[in-house]
This record gives sequence, structure tokens and C-alpha cells, in this order.
Amino acid sequence: MQLVVFVIASLMVLVGAVGVVLRRHPVHAALSLVLTLFGVAVHFVAQEAHFLAAVQVIVYAGAIVVLFLFVIMLLGVDSADDLRIERLPIQRPLAAVMGVGIVGLLIAAVVATRGSEPLQAGAGINVAGVGIDDAVAGHDANITQLAGNLFADYVFAFELTSVLLIVAVAGTVVLTRREKPPSEEDAP
Amino acid sequence: MSDFLRDYLTVVWFGLAALVLGSLLLGLAALVRPVKPNASKLIAYESGVDPVGIGWSQSQIRYYVFALLFVIFDVEAVFIFPWAASIERYGTFGLVVMLAFIVLLLDGLLYAWKRGLLRWV
Amino acid sequence: MTGVLAIDPLLFGELKWMPLVIVALKVLVIFVVGLVGTMFMVWFERKVIAGMQNRIGPNKAGPFGILQTLADGVKLFFKEDLLPDRADRFVFRLAPFLAFVPAFLVWAVLPLGGDYRDGNRGLVEWFGHATRVQLADPPVGILLVLALSSIAVYGIMLAGWSSGSKYPLLGAVRATAQMVSYEAALGLSLAAVLLTSGSLSTVGIVGTQDSLSNWNVVATGVVPFVIFVIAATAELNRPPFDLVEAEQELVGGFNTEYSSLRFALFFLAEFMNTITMSGVIVTLFLGGPQPLAIGDWTADIPLVGNGLEGTIWFLLKLLLFLYIYVWFRATLPRLRYDQLMDLGWKVLIPISLGWFLLLAALRLGRDEDWNVWLVAGVSVAGLLVAAVVMFGAMKVSGRNRQQGAVY
Repeated sequence: MQLVVFVIASLMVLVGAVGVVLRRHPVHAALSLVLTLFGVAVHFVAQEAHFLAAVQVIVYAGAIVVLFLFVIMLLGVDSADDLRIERLPIQRPLAAVMGVGIVGLLIAAVVATRGSEPLQAGAGINVAGVGIDDAVAGHDANITQLAGNLFADYVFAFELTSVLLIVAVAGTVVLTRREKPPSEEDAP
Repeated sequence: MSDFLRDYLTVVWFGLAALVLGSLLLGLAALVRPVKPNASKLIAYESGVDPVGIGWSQSQIRYYVFALLFVIFDVEAVFIFPWAASIERYGTFGLVVMLAFIVLLLDGLLYAWKRGLLRWV
Repeated sequence: MTGVLAIDPLLFGELKWMPLVIVALKVLVIFVVGLVGTMFMVWFERKVIAGMQNRIGPNKAGPFGILQTLADGVKLFFKEDLLPDRADRFVFRLAPFLAFVPAFLVWAVLPLGGDYRDGNRGLVEWFGHATRVQLADPPVGILLVLALSSIAVYGIMLAGWSSGSKYPLLGAVRATAQMVSYEAALGLSLAAVLLTSGSLSTVGIVGTQDSLSNWNVVATGVVPFVIFVIAATAELNRPPFDLVEAEQELVGGFNTEYSSLRFALFFLAEFMNTITMSGVIVTLFLGGPQPLAIGDWTADIPLVGNGLEGTIWFLLKLLLFLYIYVWFRATLPRLRYDQLMDLGWKVLIPISLGWFLLLAALRLGRDEDWNVWLVAGVSVAGLLVAAVVMFGAMKVSGRNRQQGAVY
């Protein structure tokens, strides 16, 4: 059963990933990305990381891809968009380097953990020193565990996240806002 | 296979049932409904007047701004959930941590507000 | 506890029939109830709104016109299905399903009944098996609802985009921006509920609301409830937030180019979302299937077992909300887009965050024996400072506007 779920989810991820690369239309590519993100969410569920699975859908599929779609609509791209024009010539070599790098990392990770015992689903629960009592362990252990990581073990990283987010706000403000020269009179 | 996974599986069956129902309805309707397309029927309706130009026009940057702010607040909400669900575990320290987090993000909102980003036109 | 729902249709060898039958029955019943309920909702809305506007409303098809929706559905069934030649064919076909399936799926996690009294966590006995009047209870049930509502955004956005037509695109972009804006407020007001319930599963959330003073609408102080209802209305694109299909400016909004049954799927999804969202509100804030109980006194419906009574209470509360939604529609004029965005970002989000912090401080104060008045005082001072800063920002923003700064 685990295997069935794994195969289905992996297929979703792979088909989506290939779709993102191969589809010519940016909206179709974005939809393929959603499929990939869903597949990852299914993987999370199979590993009993329920909260992460829900967050994966809410944040990535629900917010970030919507943002992508807005950008696509902002540019007004239609199907006739020409891919041959390179605006940033360094993009492609850089992407190739990144791709090779990620593949290398994955292979390294697989090789490094080859000999170790496979982790049972849900085995992550109860490892942190957050003393989870049995009553909670059944249903809400996942969130409790995550809260333990966020607000006790890695609290500094958590606070840094908010700095990151606020930098994003500042970036938006700077990028989208342009002072209008006072000589022009017409309002938009 | 755990109990939890079974719960999700039930949800998946339910979703599949909805999908099948929708397809079945569409399929059945395809058998009985008339299919007589002609060139003028297939023009986009828009407002009843023949469309001018292409249908995919550019949208304004304002929408993008709100989508980006939404990403930020969505992430914030996601961070708040686990804390809210187990608030008593982290006590005063947790409150201070969360206060710092939320106040910092509210600052971001205020900054965007002050610079007029939240204003529609 | 979850073992009682021991069904695993794919586990060979140890196939237990009865639980499987129970789950199949649940799927069937919820499916039928969902569809019939949606039809009822359409009729209910038309009838009630007709009453409010001094009209009669549908009265020809069946007694009191109750079959009107069915008649409309049959009509749409026999209509020609047009696919505009400029449409993106694949996405155009996909979009109705993206709207319809999530609308259905929310049913799966709602507790539709069951016995929650005396610490009984919604278990009832069916055919000798303890089970819940609920399809599934995943540990993050309520987040699943949020996730589904973020998927529903795609249905609308892609429907508008794939039509290859101007007004649908405009309607879709508007709708998406509106829905994501209010989803933020929705999520933040949800956090207040989690404070009191301490659980993300719908059973857990209902379980803590065992008397009127523990209903989250009271326990969180009415503010998150109000914010949630407003945000939910906007999320549903219902009046007064129906800018998506503002007929005067956008023709039909995102589904202008849709016809026949594909249009019907959108229509169905919209009304089903109204019902399920009311169900979510009832679950989160009004105790779901919990009976009305004040102190030791419980409003017990005579002659009905506790298990069935949960369903009755749930339906009563649900009907109340459906009526309120129709009432909104009959009473409130549509907002302008800038007002809509202002309400979402400048009112609902700051208030829900502030209120959440206040609640958290009070809650911790109670746990750790702080001085209640001190906590309240410090919180009020904090809120005042926040308000001053906010008005400062508002003033700067207003001044900039007068000086003509634009994007």
C-alpha cells in the first residue's frame, strides 16, 4: 500500500516536473507545477507529515503559483510568445549548472544514507524533547512536534523568517511604486 | 498503512466520486444535446458585440502587489497555527517570540500602507 | 479511536465488510444530501429573496416551486455546449472540475452530526460499529478546508483566463485578488479558534465547544467570528462581495463564455460552497452538532436519540446561516473594488492579528496566573500604540495621494 501511494505520488511529481519544462505555454507550465506540488503533498501525507502536506497545498499551490499566474497575466503573454529571444543570456547556462548541482546533491544524499535503516512513517514524532502525552499523540502530535521545532529548537530561524518576509514587503514597495513627476496632471 | 492514511483515502474516494459524477453528467449530456456549431456561435461572447483585439490583455500591477502581500500573510498564518494550537507549552517566551514575529509583519503591512500600496487607484 | 474507522479497501486478506459498507453508505448519503441540499439552497434563496422583495418567486414547478432548480438543471442538460474558438481548450474543460470537486470535498471533513455530549467524541453506533457521522477526520481537517478553498481559486481564475475573452479575464483576475485577500483574513481569524480548541481536527474543534460559553463565538469574543463570516462571504463571491459577476460592468464575470452543463457545474459549485462554508462556520464557531447548553442545562430534543439529535442541531444552525447569507444578498449593496480591498487589508487583517494577540495574552495570563487587569492594561496600551501608528500611516498615505503619487 505504501508502495502504491509512493508510485502514484512520484508519478504526479515527475509528470508535473516534465510538464513545467516542456509545455510552451506559461500557464500550462504553471499548472504542471501545481501537479508537482500536489504530488509532494501526497508524499508528505504518506510520511504522516499532515501539517506540512496541508501547508504545501495552502502556501505553494494556493499562494505562490497564484502569484506566478498573476505575473503571467501581468505580462499579457499569449501562446505566440517567442522563446527564442533571450532577455538574460546567462539564464540558460546558469539553469544547467543548477540542475546538475541539484542532481549531484540528490545522488550524494542517496549514497550517503544508503546503509541506514529506512525511517518508518510517523517515526519523527516524539523525537524532540517536547514530552507529548498519549492523549495528544494520536491526533495532534504532528503539529505539536512542529511547534516544538519552531518555537523551542529553532526559534532564531523562525524570527529570521519574519525578517525575510518583511524584506519581501519592502521589495514589493520599491519595485512596484514609482513617483509620478509632478508636472503631469492626469490621474490614472 | 496507518489509520490516518485511511482517512485521507476516504477523502480521495469522495473526490473521485465527485469527479466521476461531473464527467458522467457531461458525458451523458454530450449524447443528448444538439451540436451545431457555426463560425459566429464560436466567437467569444464577451458583451454580445464582436470582440476587438485579442482576449488576453495585460492586467494591472496592483493585482500582483496584493498577491505578493497575500503570500506573506499566508506564510504568517501558517506559522501562527502550530503556536496557537499548543500555546500553553511555550508560555511567556512563546508569546514574546510570536509578538515579535507578528509585530514585525504588521510593520511590513503598515509600511506598504504608508507608501500607498494598499490604495486602489 | 481512529481504529473504529478501520476500513482499508486495498488491504487484501483482512477485508472487513461492515466498515466498508458503512463508509460507502456515508459517501452515498453525503453525496445525495450534498446535491439535493444544493438544489434546495437555490430554491430557498430565490424564494426567500422573493419574499423580501415582495414577489412570489418560483411557484410553478412542483409544490411551492421546489422543483424549479431541477427544471433549470434539465434545461441546461439539453443545451448546446459551445467552446469559443479562441479558448484554451484543455484549461477551459478543466476549470469547471477545479471548481466543482473542491466544493464537494469540504463535505468530507465536516462533522454532520453525532453524539458529542459528556465528552463523547462524536461516536454513534451504526450496525454494531462505532463510527462518526462524518466521512473522514484527518488530523489537519480544518487546514484541509483552507487548502480546498485555495484550490477553488484556480477554478475561477482558469475559467476566466481560458475563455480568451476580455470580461471573463477581468472578472477572474478581480475574483482571484479578492479571494486571496480575504483568505488571509480567513486564516488569521481561524488562528483565534485554534487558541481555544488546541486542535486542527474538526472533531477536536467541535469537542471543546460543549456549552454556550465554550462555543467559539463566545470563547474567542465575537470579533473573530464576525471577521470570519465577512471573509467567508467574500471568499464565496456572494453579495455584497460579488464583484466577480458584477453584471453592469463585467457581463457575467468569469463564466461568461461557459454554457450548458459546464456552466451548471460552476453554478452548482457556487451554491455548494455557500452551504459548506456555512457548515464550516457552524463547526468552528457555533459548536457544530453540539446541542445548545447553558451551564448544566441542555436543550434536549425529546423523542430523538442523542446521535440523531446532533444532525438536527447541525442542520438548524446551518439553516440559520443560509438564511443570513440570503439576507445579506437582499439587504447589502455591492462594494466598490477599492472599498473591498480597503476592508480586507486595512480593517480585517490588522484587527484579526491584534485580536489574536490579545486573546493569546489573556489565555497565557490565565494559565500562568498573571494579573488579569495588568494583561488587559498592557494589551489596551499596545493596541492604542498600534492604532496611533496606523493612523499615522493613513495620514502619510493620504497626503501622498493628494500630491499625486501613483504606481
